Amino acid sequence: MISFSPTEEQQMIVSMAKQFANDEMCKIYRECDENGEIPASVIDTAWKMGLISGSIPENYGGSGGEHSAITGSLIGEELAWGDLSMTMHILCPALFAYPVLEMGTETQKRKYLSLFCDEKYKAATAALIEPHFGFDPYSLSTTARPESSGYVLNGEKCYVPLAAEADLLLVYAAENGSSHAFIVEKGTKGLEVGEREKNMGIKALATYELSLKNCRVPKENRLGGQKGCDFNRIISRSQVALAAMATGLAKAAFEYSRDYAKERVAFGEPIASRQAIAFMLAEMAIEIDATRLMTWEAAWKLDRKEDTTKEASLVKAYADDMVIMVTDRGVQILGGHGYVREHPVELWLRNARGFVTFDGMAIV
Amino acid sequence: MIDFELTPEQQEGIKAAHKAAKELFRPVSRYYDEHEHESPQELIDHIWRKRSEGIFNMGMDVTSVLRIEELCWGDAGLFLCIPGPSLGGAAVFASGTKKQLQRFLGGFNEGEPKWGAMAMTEPGCGSDTSAITATATRDGDKWVLNGEKIFVTMGKRALEDSDGFVVVWATVDKSAGRAGIKSFVVPAGTPGMRVEKLEKKLGIKASDTATIIFDNCSIPFGNILGNPEIKKADRTETKGFKGAMATFDVTRPIIAAQALGVGRAALDFVKEILEKEGIKIRYSAPRQKLTALERDITEMEANYKAAKLLTLRALWMMSQLQPNSLESSMAKAKAGLAVTKITQKAVEIMGPLGYSRKYLLEKWMRDAKINDIFEGTGQINMLIVARRILNYSRDQLK
Repeated sequence: MISFSPTEEQQMIVSMAKQFANDEMCKIYRECDENGEIPASVIDTAWKMGLISGSIPENYGGSGGEHSAITGSLIGEELAWGDLSMTMHILCPALFAYPVLEMGTETQKRKYLSLFCDEKYKAATAALIEPHFGFDPYSLSTTARPESSGYVLNGEKCYVPLAAEADLLLVYAAENGSSHAFIVEKGTKGLEVGEREKNMGIKALATYELSLKNCRVPKENRLGGQKGCDFNRIISRSQVALAAMATGLAKAAFEYSRDYAKERVAFGEPIASRQAIAFMLAEMAIEIDATRLMTWEAAWKLDRKEDTTKEASLVKAYADDMVIMVTDRGVQILGGHGYVREHPVELWLRNARGFVTFDGMAIV
Repeated sequence: MIDFELTPEQQEGIKAAHKAAKELFRPVSRYYDEHEHESPQELIDHIWRKRSEGIFNMGMDVTSVLRIEELCWGDAGLFLCIPGPSLGGAAVFASGTKKQLQRFLGGFNEGEPKWGAMAMTEPGCGSDTSAITATATRDGDKWVLNGEKIFVTMGKRALEDSDGFVVVWATVDKSAGRAGIKSFVVPAGTPGMRVEKLEKKLGIKASDTATIIFDNCSIPFGNILGNPEIKKADRTETKGFKGAMATFDVTRPIIAAQALGVGRAALDFVKEILEKEGIKIRYSAPRQKLTALERDITEMEANYKAAKLLTLRALWMMSQLQPNSLESSMAKAKAGLAVTKITQKAVEIMGPLGYSRKYLLEKWMRDAKINDIFEGTGQINMLIVARRILNYSRDQLK
């Protein structure tokens, strides 16, 4: 039966995430963006909320909550409302943990999942994006060549969050033309983490180029073993996560520019009392809500284990457009002040532009 | 729990409505578009005979609205011809007492087919309903109505072709401004009321759009909906005007659903042709690899979905008895604009097939446009959304 009301448990998680975003993220995001660094203490505090271990079953050391894409979307939105870089950092281990949780073999689950249930933040990541024009997740240039004892990985990756500190990586590569995931542990021969990347936005998030030169992994490191993984589903989960984060980021920009427009006086009146400004804000509000609802619907389909290819890609594209429209208007409403780094809207615009590129950098 | 699953009852309802739309509406859709003001009598009789089956019973719940979308997928103009209290009913529903509900809507399913209509717009005011000049003057135990109402959807059917009624918005005290605006139920056949003319329109031609004149039209005192008192202390907000606005909270998601039906008709048509031509939309291809056509189609689909979910949310909130003015206006603004764009884009994409009257697509483009106009234009709905999100009064944001 159609309902738009999160469960009580979800409401609790949401208010916890919101409070964290408000208390911990909002006061430092500018500094983090300028310095390109996130204080470890913030990441540790976030980790204690158990956002990832909460979805890991008890027999693997987690607290046994449901691994729900809807819950994940709700969390993603609230955190990204606070700051996108920190959100992606906090949730980065899920890039490894969730595909293992959902598609890993029993051995893989036993070996890896408990690592994400400790008190301390466990850095792990995934490498999907490749540094060339026309990047297509379904047609990867990085290859996985099967040999008798395992696989040989070759190729270049980029936008790999936390690659330098991650102990575990999930590397996506084409095996006979179709995309699969391979577990690569830190220090594996042939795995080279490059320089930290310098990007237009999400500056506080450390991302790296990665190169794989005849990097050999054992057979049992293929995600899902012989069966492999449901790559389509991983992409859909990523698209839903990013759409949720775009919604949260857009909401922050909307609220900020709305409040500004009510305070800023021009020609004797707050600029919000002019339709040119008010209608921009109205459209922003409508499109944010629309994107959220579409995200929920796609997440709901994921939770029902249905094919979500269409819904997820539609909402992701919609969110990409929405978030750039909203954050651009955020800057526009503040005018010259929006262009100045004293206000956050320019930061949000830079972060927003990245969503089209961020495939596989977040997951629910 | 966030849930998008339709109940078996809803699924059945959609299926039955879709079948009716396909078998009853589509075959005569073009005919009544080209024969404006001709009554689809056979269709109406058929619908009336089948009324116990429930396909054509229009409530204001999620299930009904899902059916409305299907029926408008068939034909939005013919949909409006379905007997029932319609927008007039929504007005009674929104601000009438229990007794009035029973009195004005109770007998609607009996006897001959009847229609309800709502008369708000005047030659001098549309979206600015507070500028209404039609008057209602108290005369003992009666109200006497005077004035001219235009753009009354199904006005002729309600008042000339059947034993229906119209809900009229009029002021009982011009000096009271908004506070003086009240709604009145005027039954068909009341002396002093006449249908003056029928508009010739761009689309939804099967439905009539009437001008109604009230010339010393006298109705019982009890036909006023809501509270007859005028609260002079607060001139900006009173029940009468709020009644008009509450009506919109109910009707706007319904109009949005009608819009969605037309939009989806166009989308389905385009996708069907593309499939015939062997063109596949690649949903999983990265953006930079999509063709212009694929971009258009996915954008149309996403906008349809966005409008639909906003509509369902507004309705769901109503069913939960939550205030939904903001969400209703969001849904209406989005749906009206989305289907206007979807249908116009569809005609563009289909080229000669889109522009030709051999197919229904050009008609849907004409039909769709009304949804961005009636029950509050897109702009008025944006204004309402803007006021709500800014927490501004109408004086703070004009």
